[in-house]
Amino acid sequence: MLNTSLLLLDSGLSLVGASVGAGIIVLGVGIGIGNIGTAAVEAAARQPEEVGKIQTVMIIASALIEGVALFCTLICLIIATK
Amino acid sequence: MFKKNHKGYFRRLLFVFLFLVMPLNFANASDEDNGDFVMHHVVDSHTWHICTINDLHVTLHLPVVIYSENRGLDVFSSSQFFDKHHKKVYYNSYSLNSHDKVVSLDAGNIFYDFSITKNASCLFISIVILFFVFIKMAKQYNYNEKDIKMSNYYVPKGLNGFLEQMICFIKNDVAVPNIGEAKYIRFMPYLLTIFFFIWINNLMGLLPGWGNLTGSVSCALVLALFTFILTNINGNKNYWEHIFNMPGIPKPLLLIIIPIEIIGIFIKPLTLTIRLFANITAGHIILLSIINLIFIFKSPFAGLISVPFGTFMLCLKLLVAFLQAYIFTLLSAMYIGKAMEEHH
Repeated sequence: MLNTSLLLLDSGLSLVGASVGAGIIVLGVGIGIGNIGTAAVEAAARQPEEVGKIQTVMIIASALIEGVALFCTLICLIIATK
Repeated sequence: MFKKNHKGYFRRLLFVFLFLVMPLNFANASDEDNGDFVMHHVVDSHTWHICTINDLHVTLHLPVVIYSENRGLDVFSSSQFFDKHHKKVYYNSYSLNSHDKVVSLDAGNIFYDFSITKNASCLFISIVILFFVFIKMAKQYNYNEKDIKMSNYYVPKGLNGFLEQMICFIKNDVAVPNIGEAKYIRFMPYLLTIFFFIWINNLMGLLPGWGNLTGSVSCALVLALFTFILTNINGNKNYWEHIFNMPGIPKPLLLIIIPIEIIGIFIKPLTLTIRLFANITAGHIILLSIINLIFIFKSPFAGLISVPFGTFMLCLKLLVAFLQAYIFTLLSAMYIGKAMEEHH
């Protein structure tokens, strides 16, 4: 009986770990891309004629950060389903 | 020229919205495992399941091609793997295991699976579409040098015009700034191919009942490997020196820097792979989970949440489809350009 409850605790803990991990990922990505957006909007406000270039750089930087975030989301998915 | 009729705007919007929610009344949840629904639409499979209408499974059974040392080439339809009651049976000592992969009954049988699965058929269909569109377009630009006058130039319209704009966009904003004016033209075919290939496969994955080609690890890995091979073949002396013998670093520190740089060579295609397939697959999983809500709650009122959210996620996925193609192409161009850079 102790064996099965330890087993359930094991699989339950992995689910908790995966979901907390996913939440922390969202925190990190939100802060990071928010900072990029802030800088981009500020730069666009200072020099409205360069908006095109600033937009391009902003999109590239946020795609790179999202790549890392999805990297770690995949790890959380693997942990949750193992 | 056309006047917009703003009267009754809200009424029409409400009508369309209800019209979209109404078919949800006919959603029957089957007895199968609900967790399987999402994964089933995202992974590769030997059968192409289009829909299920009232116990009639409309599926296309794709051919299974297996080559083994003992038995030679085996080509048969994957319908041989299932009997009348849709249970798995053995055919010629081959069968599908629980992960939908082909296994052999006799343990010593080494075989290679060359089946045309759902992803492979999506690949062939998108290749045919790309060939048809682009070769037809390229033929319009073929004319003699002598015959060129101002009135002879081909001005593309419609689809050709849009694609020409995209090609010029890749050339001016992706290839030339990153690879340089002198050397970019060798790589234009490669960059254009991966850009349009990834874009059209991402877009077609959004169609209902289609497969998920760029969201599979194998496809993304092969595309990233192409970039990897191109970068390292075209690396000049500067590039390799930067990795193995970085200038301006004291000798003891080199022992730490060299392994990091070597890992860096392999990390770049890995991140390209994961960025592509994780973005596309994550979009599919989100949209499928939102739609699955309707089947879980078994009530049309779940549609009041599902339909707006689902529409928003679909628009986001449209943006992601283009963005991921652009980012893949841009990063490939950056890596190739960096490998061919001259010393400052």
